[in-house]
Amino acid sequence: MSALAVQSLYKVFGNRADEAVTRLADGQPRAEALAGLSATAAVIDATFEVRPGEIFVVMGLSGSGKSTLIRMLNGLVRPTRGSVRVDGVELTTLKPAALRKLRRDKISMVFQHFALMPHRTVLDNAGYALEVARLPKAQRRERALEALRMVGLEEWADNLPHHLSGGMRQRVGLARALAADTDILLMDEAFSALDPLIRREIQDQLLELQAELGKTIIFITHDLNEAMRLGDRIAVMRDGRIVQIGTAEEILTDPANGYVAQFVADVDRTRILTASSVMEKPQSVLDIGAGPRVAAKALRETQTSVVYVTGPQKKFLGTVTEDEVSAALREGRPNLDGYVSTERVRSVGADTSLADLFADSAASQHPVAVLDDRGRLAGVIPRITLLTALAAASPDPTATPDESSTDDTTAAQPTADAATAALTQGDVKLVGTTKGEPA
Amino acid sequence: MSVSGSPWDGWLPRIPLGTWTESVVDWATSSLGPVFDGVATLVDTLVQPLNDLLTGVPAVVVVGVFAALGWWLRGWKFALGVTVGLGLVAGMPYWAETMSTLAQVLVASTLALLLAIPLGVLVAENRRVAAVARPVLDLMQTMPAFVYLIPAIFFFGIGTVPGVLATLVFSMPPGVRLTALGLRQVDKEIVQAAESFGAPPWMVLLRTKLPLALPTIMTGVNQVIMLALSMVVIAGMVGAGGLGDVIMFALSQVEVGSGFEGGIAVVTLAVVLDRLTDAVGDRFPSARAQRLARQAH
Repeated sequence: MSALAVQSLYKVFGNRADEAVTRLADGQPRAEALAGLSATAAVIDATFEVRPGEIFVVMGLSGSGKSTLIRMLNGLVRPTRGSVRVDGVELTTLKPAALRKLRRDKISMVFQHFALMPHRTVLDNAGYALEVARLPKAQRRERALEALRMVGLEEWADNLPHHLSGGMRQRVGLARALAADTDILLMDEAFSALDPLIRREIQDQLLELQAELGKTIIFITHDLNEAMRLGDRIAVMRDGRIVQIGTAEEILTDPANGYVAQFVADVDRTRILTASSVMEKPQSVLDIGAGPRVAAKALRETQTSVVYVTGPQKKFLGTVTEDEVSAALREGRPNLDGYVSTERVRSVGADTSLADLFADSAASQHPVAVLDDRGRLAGVIPRITLLTALAAASPDPTATPDESSTDDTTAAQPTADAATAALTQGDVKLVGTTKGEPA
Repeated sequence: MSVSGSPWDGWLPRIPLGTWTESVVDWATSSLGPVFDGVATLVDTLVQPLNDLLTGVPAVVVVGVFAALGWWLRGWKFALGVTVGLGLVAGMPYWAETMSTLAQVLVASTLALLLAIPLGVLVAENRRVAAVARPVLDLMQTMPAFVYLIPAIFFFGIGTVPGVLATLVFSMPPGVRLTALGLRQVDKEIVQAAESFGAPPWMVLLRTKLPLALPTIMTGVNQVIMLALSMVVIAGMVGAGGLGDVIMFALSQVEVGSGFEGGIAVVTLAVVLDRLTDAVGDRFPSARAQRLARQAH
């Protein structure tokens, strides 16, 4: 069962809103449907379900209707048509008193500009929802302090909001919503007003809290990177319509249309794509029990210079180079034991983002080993594969048929270029150290 | 007054607006008599004791009280100014008249605010009320002040009561307007935040909107008091007493000296009341918090 379900939801502002909705529902495009009516369509035919415990991000540019959409989820804006169900309760037909009760019990909200009350202390702001719910003062204080502790601001409890920095104020906003102890949290551009470093910090904090509390969060943003970072699933909105719903990787790798493709064109893919999505099958893998002859044969056949060695349960142990294989052959060793080294090749987890792979790739003389969560060798990533993945990450020109914008295509380029430059520098350094080493 | 010999004579029907107004006033005088009597008694029971108190105690005490208030609200420099200013007035022959004007201003503006602030809330919260209130307020503000005195005489005769009531009506509009403006200017997101946690409308109004609108409302309070002071002098024409009497008498006798003395007394009262009410607004925690918040940005 979904925590929140939205079905064919419309919001049209203006005098003849109902007529406009009927025309829109008939499938007329927005401009045609509204022609001649003094109406503005903010949200058109939105349908989605939010699962309990997930972060559902609604992403779109300003004017795409996302703020109106989120305000319909708690009834701050009354829908023109359609249904919003919270925990199975139809919200659109609730009487004002019942709607207020639903807000108190089920849904709280965090606002873009924090919306703290400047005349109330941080503690009183954090405990606002409890005051509305008429909790006794001592209990209110305790729960508000607990919420402030969660966001790390309990020692600021007696200050007024203006004593706090922007990031701290929004943490109070978050604490106020957490203190309400509702299952659903609406966050309207909650971090957009913060500067990038603070934003990143508070995003991390939200993810940490979420891991602990498991709320159902609907998060509105215009920042694609934020959407990709936070969202379990993302809904992309454009001109009032939801054009695609999917995970970050789905939206990146399989955009529903040209608009989405263009939108995701300049996202920093290196942070979204993971090692497992670009890794390749290792050319030569040998069990630790194999002899140097087998290893030499494998190297000859695959024309590579390194063997990946696994142990019991296919656990990755390290690598052996061709020089070491020949040494083992000369010395007549029965197996590769003693030559296996973890020095030359770094190993990374399958979930590592490409951005975090650069350093490992640069520090490895051979393809980086990718391990699954049980330490088994899942694949390898040669440098050239990493670079190719970055190059492929720049958008496919055929994916933007209608509004092909050269701006966006080139916007992705610097990312790949910068990465190439970084890796090249890594290479140079690497060559230097290799030369210095006794062969 | 008609423009004789105009070629348009006879084209435009004469609209007897004046006659209509007169008949309305006549009807009101005859049928609403008890209501007016009640109002008159109320105003009288408010003004008289205050007047007696202010004129009864020695001038030194009044000056001292104002100086102390000034010290508390604005600091010793202002207290010194208050002492010098009011001391000067006390040294002139019209201290009793000044106190009686003060009593009328205080009663008129208090009553005006008691009506204006709730009305302002209604205007801010209800579109229909706003639609009706706006032209009425415009009319009240642009109507020449003297005109209010005419129905006041009709309903209440000559004396302090019509003076105070005309003053009340004249000084009300900025109280209504600035209350409504202050409430409408409260950050929408903060109001939505209160609503989003399920706060009922009365709670949003009392604990969020009104405290945040307070600085603007206090500007309204200040404006009401200033307008009341200006009107109460005009009300001297209907025998309201106080400084109005002094100035009217000086005008009719062309006595520059006493006219100037009366004028200086009015100005002194105005400055003291203006600066004091201005400072009161800033004493409220919500006002101070908002000012600090603005400075922090």
